[in-house]
Amino acid sequence: MSIAIDQVTVTFIAESRELLEQMETALLAVARDGQDAVNAIFRAAHTIKGSAGMFGLDTVVEFTHVAESVLDKVRDGDVDVTDELVALLLACRDHIGTLVDAVESGTLDGNDDLAAAGAPLVAALQAYLLAPVPAQEPAARAPAATEAEADDGHWHISLRFGRDVLRNGMDPLSFIRYLGQLGTITGIATLADDLPDADTFDPESCYLGFEIGFAGSADKATIDGVFDFVREDCQIRILPPENRIAEYVAWLDELPEQRERLGQMLVRCGSVTAHELELALAAQAAAAAPAQPIGEILVGQGAVRAPVVEAALAKQRQAPEARAQHENRSVRVDADKLDRLINLVGELMIAGASANLVARRAQNAELLECTSTLSGLVEEVRDSALQLRMVKIGATFNRFQRVVHDVARELGKDIRLDVSGEDTELDKTVVERIGDPLTHLVRNAMDHGIEPAEVRAARGKPAQGTVALNAFHDSGSIVIEVSDDGGGLKRERILAKAVERGLVEAGRSLTDKEIFNLIFEPGFSTAEQVTNLSGRGVGMDVVKRNILALRGSVDIASTEGVGTTVTVRLPLTLAIINGFQVGVGRSVFVIPMDMVEECIEFRELPCCDWVDLRGQPLPFVRLRERFAVAGSAARRQSIVVVRYGGRKAGLVVDSLLGEFQTVIKPLGKVFAGARFLSGSSILGNGEVALILDMAALLAGVETESQAAAA
Amino acid sequence: MNIGDTSQGAAACLAVEGEMTIYRAAELKPVLLDVVLTHAAPTLDLASVTEFDSAGAQLLLVARREAIRLGKRLELRGASPAVRDAFALLGLSPEGESA
Repeated sequence: MSIAIDQVTVTFIAESRELLEQMETALLAVARDGQDAVNAIFRAAHTIKGSAGMFGLDTVVEFTHVAESVLDKVRDGDVDVTDELVALLLACRDHIGTLVDAVESGTLDGNDDLAAAGAPLVAALQAYLLAPVPAQEPAARAPAATEAEADDGHWHISLRFGRDVLRNGMDPLSFIRYLGQLGTITGIATLADDLPDADTFDPESCYLGFEIGFAGSADKATIDGVFDFVREDCQIRILPPENRIAEYVAWLDELPEQRERLGQMLVRCGSVTAHELELALAAQAAAAAPAQPIGEILVGQGAVRAPVVEAALAKQRQAPEARAQHENRSVRVDADKLDRLINLVGELMIAGASANLVARRAQNAELLECTSTLSGLVEEVRDSALQLRMVKIGATFNRFQRVVHDVARELGKDIRLDVSGEDTELDKTVVERIGDPLTHLVRNAMDHGIEPAEVRAARGKPAQGTVALNAFHDSGSIVIEVSDDGGGLKRERILAKAVERGLVEAGRSLTDKEIFNLIFEPGFSTAEQVTNLSGRGVGMDVVKRNILALRGSVDIASTEGVGTTVTVRLPLTLAIINGFQVGVGRSVFVIPMDMVEECIEFRELPCCDWVDLRGQPLPFVRLRERFAVAGSAARRQSIVVVRYGGRKAGLVVDSLLGEFQTVIKPLGKVFAGARFLSGSSILGNGEVALILDMAALLAGVETESQAAAA
Repeated sequence: MNIGDTSQGAAACLAVEGEMTIYRAAELKPVLLDVVLTHAAPTLDLASVTEFDSAGAQLLLVARREAIRLGKRLELRGASPAVRDAFALLGLSPEGESA
């Protein structure tokens, strides 16, 4: 049982985090979306409070309750949404996040630090609660008042818990207790009719049902929300205060066998008086001679409600329903399990490749047929397994709304974040590790890229600066662009600084691109902040190192006065690639297939380090020389033309072995210093193949290529 | 977490100590039913129950019904705050199924 409860807590933590994210998104969008966003924020806070209450996490409930009260006032229009309030609520959101973290680490109880951190927030929130109601817009407040009035009344809630509720770690009692916090439970009847004989009674199943009379100002969505955690296991019926006699009668008709008994219970709960019920039943019996359809009475449900209230309720109900459907279609899986699956698929592919090899050697047609079908399937399994780990980058991007909001406030600049390509998918492991470098790039763009408002005005730009995040797929990589419409990089100053730092020789002519890329050099930024000089350059070397560690690359383009775009290129997955195998001497190298453009015969031009590719000079690298492979070159060499990030180059190899699935195994620590290699792989015959690091290989070629082109 | 059996002759009093929750429901069921079955005037002492949940309530309801089936009456003697709290919440009384 304790395992089940732990799982429920884990669900609570995961859901709370999701809700907090929604809350943050809504908070940041509140200026644009208005009431919808306010409702979303309220709903998130409320649901967290509700679930926390169910787990007895009083600290969370108390804190969230204060925030919720303020949000309630905002919803009613009593408190205006100002920048200060948004900032405060964002801080509250963070504090709730900290509390949830504490729940996860089991350090919530008696944690004075947390309480101390929460206190100023609570005080600030209280200020809003105590603030006098602004006198303006009396008209707007009037409907709100009627709404409250309409909702304040006697509800009747009928619950039939499912068998597995207890086993799932939930106690019906705690739901009722929590309901009691929303209002007053006027009466309750426990239904034990479903309890079986002592022999067949399973003490761990739940057989109970409850009829509850409830008075409070909560609306239906709120009451309904109490039971979010058991909705699937439970029959819930919530009868609103108005029109209740007719509804009760209709409901009684639905359960004819228990009619009398339920009627008594309604009376007992104080939901109806005995007299009212009698009258209604009699009236219905009289009128129902030609079987007055129950449906008609049911249609009456809500008809008396003010349209305003109905619309508001409908809106509130929509969201949880949509979410419920979504939840049914998706399963939360431990990331470790997925990693294990991917690992196994990797092993499967290696084993499959070796079976293929044996089959080919045995020349058995039937066996070949089998192995080829098998490898087709294995490939599909691999794709779907990798697909499981693919997540949309949108969630990561949306986190930057907050970063931009906070940093913009900090800097006193007006900056907006544009996000596009949110649906682009990439491997979860990549997503997890790209957050930090991206944050750095975004902060840099805001801090050093976007000019102060006066400068922008003088340059004829809009006062509001824009930072944009974009993502798209390009030849087996994902490309993430961080761009700003700021001042751009100042070529001359970077160059001067680089010369001063001894990174470049003075007087050497460099392309813009080379100069801009200098800001990624370690020596460039560490000694002194270049902020005042060149416009940016704080810790960019760390960004580059992080991205290289992901087998990615980073590039920068900039136009002075117009803006800067940093392009990060990352592999889609870190586990398996489609590899093109080539042989040099007895060694086998793997080139990522997505980069291979074509293969041509190598015809050496005398004393040249480039070949003629249909009239274009193509620089090349001899792998034999690069890796100092012993032996003389094969009689007929080939060139593999590869493209990486807009550059083209050739790799001279002895033989072309073809396309194979390649499971990437990281290189050991011993090889950490090995350049030009990004990993290794095990071939079907058990030999090791080395995976070429294109970024490193081609970086050396580029200068030569430009020299050749000139 | 004890189940103390202070039986004296025909009137047996079973004192349930510790939790009376889903965690111990499977363990308690045979014990409670055994008391109901074997003694003429089965009595439960709930004064030392530290925790009480829906599963505990169900157990009591089943035991009581079983007693009625056998023509006996299950007496409850003493109720800890946890038990009283749950009874109050569920609208149960120590006497009847629903008061």
